[in-house]
Amino acid sequence: MADIQISNLVKTYPGGSERATDDVSLQIQDGEFTVLLGPSGCGKTTLLRMIAGLELPDSGSIAIGGRDVTYLPPNKRNLSMVFQSYAVFPHRKVRYNIGFGLRMAKVPAEEIERKVQWAADLLQLGPYLDRLPANLSGGQRQRVAVARAIVMDADVLLMDEPLSNLDALLRLTFRSELKKIVQDLGTTTVYVTHDQSEALSLGDQVAVMRKGRIAQLGDPLDVYDAPADRFVGGFIGSPPMNFMDAAVSHDGGTLVLGEQQLMAPSILRSFAGRDVLLGVRAENVTVRNERSSGDVAATVLVVEPMGSTILLTVEVDGHTLKVQAPPTFRTAPHKTIWLGFAPNTMRVYDRETSMALEAK
Amino acid sequence: MAVEAPPTPAGTLAPPRRRKIPPAVLLIAPSVVFMALLLGWPVIQGILQAFRDENGFTLDFVTRMVQDPYFWPAVRNTLLLIVVMIPLQFAFAIGMALMLRTNPRLHKVHFFVWAIPLALSDLAAGLVWLAIFNDRGYLNSALSLFGIEGGSWLAYDNQASMFMCVLIAELWRATSLVLIIVVAGLQGIPKDYDEAAQVFGATFWQRLRHVTLPLLKPSLQVALILRTILAFQTFAVAQALTGQNFPLVVGETYRWYTGLQNPNVAAALALVILVVSMLTSIFYLRALRDKNQGGLR
Ligand SMILES: Nc1ncnc2c1ncn2[C@@H]1O[C@H](COP(=O)(O)OP(=O)(O)O)[C@@H](O)[C@H]1O
Ligand SMILES: [Mg+2]
Repeated sequence: MADIQISNLVKTYPGGSERATDDVSLQIQDGEFTVLLGPSGCGKTTLLRMIAGLELPDSGSIAIGGRDVTYLPPNKRNLSMVFQSYAVFPHRKVRYNIGFGLRMAKVPAEEIERKVQWAADLLQLGPYLDRLPANLSGGQRQRVAVARAIVMDADVLLMDEPLSNLDALLRLTFRSELKKIVQDLGTTTVYVTHDQSEALSLGDQVAVMRKGRIAQLGDPLDVYDAPADRFVGGFIGSPPMNFMDAAVSHDGGTLVLGEQQLMAPSILRSFAGRDVLLGVRAENVTVRNERSSGDVAATVLVVEPMGSTILLTVEVDGHTLKVQAPPTFRTAPHKTIWLGFAPNTMRVYDRETSMALEAK
Repeated sequence: MAVEAPPTPAGTLAPPRRRKIPPAVLLIAPSVVFMALLLGWPVIQGILQAFRDENGFTLDFVTRMVQDPYFWPAVRNTLLLIVVMIPLQFAFAIGMALMLRTNPRLHKVHFFVWAIPLALSDLAAGLVWLAIFNDRGYLNSALSLFGIEGGSWLAYDNQASMFMCVLIAELWRATSLVLIIVVAGLQGIPKDYDEAAQVFGATFWQRLRHVTLPLLKPSLQVALILRTILAFQTFAVAQALTGQNFPLVVGETYRWYTGLQNPNVAAALALVILVVSMLTSIFYLRALRDKNQGGLR
């Protein structure tokens, strides 16, 4: 086990015009589970592959456990990895596949056998040990790839979208299994995904990436509750965060939304008189049929019952918002409903830079 | 013309109608006829020619073939050439293909240059190498520049050096076929396997042995069968370089047919090549069949 120090990594692919990773720095503590999250093409895989040694950076450095590994070949880094495509060797049986890394390291046969058995039990692969991968389902092949990675006493475990090829239900079950396995192992883990719910549910820390840069790094709940900018808020959460233009009143006590007014969060005192961008999560908006003090009027556009909640698309002062109502809530399109905003759950952003505004 | 078919119970086939040819047969008929005319007939013709004279069946031609003083040397030379050349060609081709896979600078040019011999007729290749190896050839001229006295590489009494010359020329000429098959095979293997092996600590040789070569096996099998069969037919290069001094089986066939004007013995020799080629293919197909792989040992 080891910590990872990534400093100022720059990588441009030959022939590429933009940087795949643009001056990325990231610290990962020993035993920490870090998720790299971002839309497709933002450089997550590139960053992971540089940690693995499968790509070399143009500049910057990577240290694992205090050892500079920036230009070391992959086989000298003591890693293990779960590939998005699984990359389970098709010409070898499951047993051989799981033990592959140990074999390469010339571990004694009895020990390989013991560890393979252990991993197979953990991942319920026991009955399939003597099968060829072609005779396994996608989910089982996925498990073989994970088993092959966890039998290694690696310093770092890398995973590139390991769940993306599974169907939705399997993904959900395997996600929690994976979390438990990695927790028990305690290995430093870097996990790449474009699925924000996966990132929130698995990570000790989440690095949200955009265009080769890390837009925000933090605890999953922090990243969810207090997105550092509009991009992060819009990428994380289902539905994503709502954004509305608003103005802070001259005394700093209220937010003006067109014709309507809201109580402003206390941090806005220092931004009196300014135009801001307001960010609100759907579940932080209380929905009522009757007006209560401080409420804002909204027109219902779409009603989507989701089972445990009802998802409403509403319009407030020309902005379209997604809000959640309890399943018992009754409304219909074109009706007017009332929205209550809790001041301390609101986030405010600069309109030009889209960056979160901090109290001065 | 619709044929009135009596209604048949579902799930059973209608009884075959007399004189109605099934469409499948009609579809393959042209190729069957074609193959029969162009391949089957000459083979039968060849067999008849080798085993029949005016009085019917005979083994005379086979006996003459075997008793000819050049026959066994030709067999020995052909086998020796195959045994030495094929492993070398595969080592070169795999090495070159692996080099190309790392995408070095100008790798497309390299590949093109390495594939050129494929486009050359084997007689032309033989003449090129004759220009190099003959007594006043480029090799001896080059050696004399360094003050080294060259040799008579193709002298009729120097079997070893003749063999080396034929071997080098054939290596140069025919390795590109293996290269192209191996390169195509490598391109069909996703990079992930090699990368996974790297990440799990495998060295270059371990990756080659445990991942790349096993995954390449289907291509290697094709290349091996093709190359061996073609190697049994090695002829023009040796003919150009050594004439009759380094006899090979196909060269003997040619000599019997044109020089000695005896198509019957030539047919017998051709049959030897046919049989040996078939046996080799069967051997390769069996030996390289996917055995029950896996297990930790
Ligand atoms: N092998 C490659 N050659 C050239 N460009 C690449 C290569 N791999 C990725 N890229 C480019 O680098 C950027 C980041 O890619 P990647 O790291 O794969 O993103 P992600 O994994 O976040 O989807 C993309 O713009 C992609 O087009
Ligand atoms: Mg990716």
